[in-house]
Amino acid sequence: MSEKKVLLHVENLKQHFKVSRRFTTKAVDGISFDIHEGETYGLVGESGSGKSTTGRSIIRLYEPTDGTIIFDGHDISGKLSPEDERYLRTNMQMIFQDPMACLNPRKKVKEIIAEGLEIHHICHTQAELDEKVNDVLDRVGLSREQATRFPHQFSGGQRQRVGIARALVMNPKLVIADECISALDVSIQAQVVNLMKDIQDEMGTTYLFIAHDLSMVKYISDRIGVMHLGHIVETGTTDEIFQNPIHPYTKSLLSAIPHPNPVVEKNRQAITYNKDEEGVIYENGHEHALSETHKVLATDEEFEKWMA
Amino acid sequence: MAKFKRDKHERVLTIRDLNISFKTNYGTVKAIRGVRLDLFQGETIAIVGESGSGKSVTVKTLMGILDSNGVIDSGSIIYTAKEKDGSVVEYDLVKMSQKDIRYKLCGKHIAMVFQDPMTSLDPTMTIGKQIMEPILEHESVSKKEAAERALQLIDEVGITDPEKTFKQYPHELSGGMRQRVVIAIALACDPDILICDEPTTALDVTIQAKILEKIKEIQMKKNISVIYITHDLGVVAKVADYVAVMYAGRIIEKGNINEVFYDPRHPYTWGLLSSMPDIDTNSKRLFAIPGSPPNLMEEVKGDAFAPRNPYALNIDYREEPPMYDVGGQHRVASWLCDPKAPKVDMPEELKERIDKMKKEANIQ
Repeated sequence: MSEKKVLLHVENLKQHFKVSRRFTTKAVDGISFDIHEGETYGLVGESGSGKSTTGRSIIRLYEPTDGTIIFDGHDISGKLSPEDERYLRTNMQMIFQDPMACLNPRKKVKEIIAEGLEIHHICHTQAELDEKVNDVLDRVGLSREQATRFPHQFSGGQRQRVGIARALVMNPKLVIADECISALDVSIQAQVVNLMKDIQDEMGTTYLFIAHDLSMVKYISDRIGVMHLGHIVETGTTDEIFQNPIHPYTKSLLSAIPHPNPVVEKNRQAITYNKDEEGVIYENGHEHALSETHKVLATDEEFEKWMA
Repeated sequence: MAKFKRDKHERVLTIRDLNISFKTNYGTVKAIRGVRLDLFQGETIAIVGESGSGKSVTVKTLMGILDSNGVIDSGSIIYTAKEKDGSVVEYDLVKMSQKDIRYKLCGKHIAMVFQDPMTSLDPTMTIGKQIMEPILEHESVSKKEAAERALQLIDEVGITDPEKTFKQYPHELSGGMRQRVVIAIALACDPDILICDEPTTALDVTIQAKILEKIKEIQMKKNISVIYITHDLGVVAKVADYVAVMYAGRIIEKGNINEVFYDPRHPYTWGLLSSMPDIDTNSKRLFAIPGSPPNLMEEVKGDAFAPRNPYALNIDYREEPPMYDVGGQHRVASWLCDPKAPKVDMPEELKERIDKMKKEANIQ
């Protein structure tokens, strides 16, 4: 893993929102992680943990308060130079949660997908543009005839495919998938996850996969970061997180996953985690490395306690 | 393990051959096609299915909140109520007007918890007032008494500081707390039946478990029957005694929870169980049911699942399968259960998974 090229390097990223003169929401409070080329990094946590904010700060829908983001050798934190901005906009794409809300209802699917190409003048002729759109439609499993339809004529799963097609048509290096399957039905979720994996195998796309559903994240991710209240409390490969969780928050998240096994599930009690009762203050913690990839945020005493 | 006894005398709800359709500009949608279901006192049933399979429509009928373009074509829904004086009254909800159902039964006998706790609470009223509202509406009690009961209910659903919450507004509470308040409102008049329509979909997994445990605890204490509507099989496994799987407006498999989870017979149930991500297996690919659910605007010929079913037989495209009794309480609507049908086993991967689950649960 380590010999792979780092595609996205995030260091000490902070995203604060000023609510009033006295109060500032620290949505993301100093997180650092790397994403290697061709892998899938899963970011999990409960709502309000700052995982979506992280994604949005990286793609620069927000102005990050502090920290550095280096994407493929370009520094995309702070003020963007026109070249860097162009590089970012063409090489990083996002798939959103609600497939109905993120597609313009007045535009045909073809126009939605082609919009990015047109804005960045990537195609020089109409034929080239059509070919690109058709290619990407094939890839996501939609037929070419469907390109002239409007979003409302599609089912939820198909709409999400349109969302994926729109992201992929730019041939991006990194795709940020923000809860892209949580609005879908179980059987359709599996279709979309499989599709994303197939595309990764074919095109070597890198994903930042944001979700609150740990069981789905396990299927798609190579490495996972667990977020809580703006901090990454634990990060590691999928196996390390699932086989050997250290942080009590990770443990409680894992124990909350419902198992489809009635007899076991009926008697199982979820582990609860309360940060204040345990007296954990994330600001005091620093990273403890268990292995090259597995890291936990803790103070020295906490680390010893949790390892015991 | 203790199995729930289905005692005929304790039946609270009997749905027979229910057919519901919706009139739309584009034609008639047959949303419910011949649903038959029983609910017994103290029992928890879960109705599972994809969106558009008709699970929400079924329970909306029970509450008298069917959309105005919906028509009950045929069938009966008998609700057996035990009044406070001990007499037994039977209501046929199909024959009652929607307004009658809402005035006589809603809240008092049948209560519902909706998916999104923010939209089901009134943002301009304090929590306490909202809980007192159904009590004052349905029972002749003084305001003081109602307030006391509201406080007790807030305590019952596991909110730590009832007095403080009583005076708060919905926006001051977190999602999990709001859902607890919604549950408290539903329980305010001691209903016999509690309907939970995706009660935890809008919540985080960690809070989901707590809410489900709370509902279960209250159910045990008050001996009420609960109907869960969900598409999450993990939730079903946790709470349900009895499961009904719906597809395209029909119940295609039903049975007690162990029968359906450890010995599923319908290919759609196989698909649902295999597409559920399982944190124990290491296969790198998820099983996905191909295609998408049928459009009920068109007449369904044969088995509605046939076009998505890799095990479909010829007859599946021509005739609708009847309900087969496969032993116990287990009923399956699939031609594969016909004695003349070729023997088809469930997919190998699912079989492995079920064997593993059985081993964990210590049953043969």
